[in-house]
Amino acid sequence: MDTRSKPLFSPPVYRSVSPARTGAMVQRYLYLLVGSWPRLLELVYWPTVQMLMWGFLSLYLSGQSGFFAEIGAVFIGSVLLWDILFRGQLGFSISFMEEMWSRNMGHLMMTPLRPLEFAAALMVMSMVRLAIGLVPVTIMAIAFFGFNLWGLGLVLVAFFVNLFLTSWAIGLFVSGLILRFGLGAESLAWSLAFLLLPLACVYYPVDVLPGWLQWISLSLAPTYVFEGMRALLIDGVVRIDLMVWALLLNVVYFSLGLFAFLRFFDAARDAGSLLQLGE
Amino acid sequence: MDAQTTEGGRGDDRSSGAGGTPIAVQVRGLTKRYGDVTAVEAIDFDIVGGSTTGLLGGNGAGKTTTIAMLMGLVLPTGGSISVMDVDMLRHRHRVLHRINFESPYVDMPMRLTVSQNLTVFGRLYGLDRLRDRIAEIASALDLTHLLDRPCGRLSAGQKTRVSLAKALINQPELLLLDEPTASLDPDTADWVRSHLEAYRAERGATILLASHNMPEVERLCDRVMMMKEGRIVDDGAPGELISRYGRDTLEDVFLDVARGTGRAEAGGAEVGRAEAGRGAIAERGGRALQDSD
Repeated sequence: MDTRSKPLFSPPVYRSVSPARTGAMVQRYLYLLVGSWPRLLELVYWPTVQMLMWGFLSLYLSGQSGFFAEIGAVFIGSVLLWDILFRGQLGFSISFMEEMWSRNMGHLMMTPLRPLEFAAALMVMSMVRLAIGLVPVTIMAIAFFGFNLWGLGLVLVAFFVNLFLTSWAIGLFVSGLILRFGLGAESLAWSLAFLLLPLACVYYPVDVLPGWLQWISLSLAPTYVFEGMRALLIDGVVRIDLMVWALLLNVVYFSLGLFAFLRFFDAARDAGSLLQLGE
Repeated sequence: MDAQTTEGGRGDDRSSGAGGTPIAVQVRGLTKRYGDVTAVEAIDFDIVGGSTTGLLGGNGAGKTTTIAMLMGLVLPTGGSISVMDVDMLRHRHRVLHRINFESPYVDMPMRLTVSQNLTVFGRLYGLDRLRDRIAEIASALDLTHLLDRPCGRLSAGQKTRVSLAKALINQPELLLLDEPTASLDPDTADWVRSHLEAYRAERGATILLASHNMPEVERLCDRVMMMKEGRIVDDGAPGELISRYGRDTLEDVFLDVARGTGRAEAGGAEVGRAEAGRGAIAERGGRALQDSD
């Protein structure tokens, strides 16, 4: 058979950014997920443990009188939103690290796949992994603790968008570091987001922090999301202004994360570390 | 012989070789340094389309670094690379779909099945009729019965065939191979070589091959470039090199070059240029490559 007469490509072959290549990478990660029940179980396991622990604490607090009785739902809301932020970043970074663990980065980067398409696939997988882990847990929150996250309505979309953007910004930065410095930097993927836990005021209002720390907290996008969540659950007020601030800050952080990822990618090519794998 | 080297900057800028044969790869002044360590130093060469060129050299000679720079995985410190008239340093994505690479040192994802891996890579290369193409290449490489098996459960020989299937899935015009038959038994290695020969004959592809296996190089290559300490110290057809060095085999020539004990009798570069104090190269290049040189 003369294969020379059969064009293998649909013109134009060269495209600046290809959704098809992004789709190919998403398919690669879905193959991995579907073929590995421990990976699927892991996605649900920790959010469930978190939900149970905080859920029962909320139940206990709601049995008390006064102020404590009111904050049970806030705790559960905080847990779920924090999980979106943390699991979103983890979903991004773990998909990235699958390539490092399987020593596949060299193969990928010599295909027409572009770094931006690769990053886009990681973002999609971050949403997919989060959905697999979080949807069952939100249903569990309704069933066991009477907290309906989906009942927050349209403002939930603003929460999701902002938290995802932050998680991707961190994921891009951490993945860039790992790309450049190898799996020795892997621990950052698991721990960097935790810096936001105290600073973004996940479980308490910004007012609790000392003045100088409040400025740092207010420079972080998630702070506005958690403040917005408390305003909604405690005061019943939708704070659009807080969501706008979060979005503006996220545009900055996401741009910085993307810039860092691309710079680290070039640095990895310069250092020859795309073929060097492991630590 | 259908390839030419312009070692030492003798070449001019052109997109076709002698007799109007197209140049598939043109390298000028290509240099890679990792800090104080020079992995590749100002090499120049052209590779004519449709030829098979061997890149020979001892460990740390700079072969893998050179190939990695050709693919765009490693950024050169200096020089230029043109592949099929595309500047690889500026526009490599315009030509990457026409290139592929195979090395036993770069794994395929182990948990994905053979079919899944080929599907993903086929989609990355933007192939039409992908299912047919996978069936076709699986049949050609005797992989049909392994398509549903995870790559991690394959033998070394089977993995090499899968890796080769990945490398040929887009029917590349330029195929870069880094020790394609390393760790294979003689029978499987012979089978791989036969397939590469057939592929080149069928597609008119250009092949650049880094190898330590001298019989393999003699069999497959029209031309050999000898690398030492990051430089191309000699090149020519295997037969030419053997007679030039007054040796019986290419392996003897390799040893002469590697040890600096031999001397070309005519026409070639003087060997034994391993001047004291030049220092070792690529493997000491810090975070260079997991170099199979």
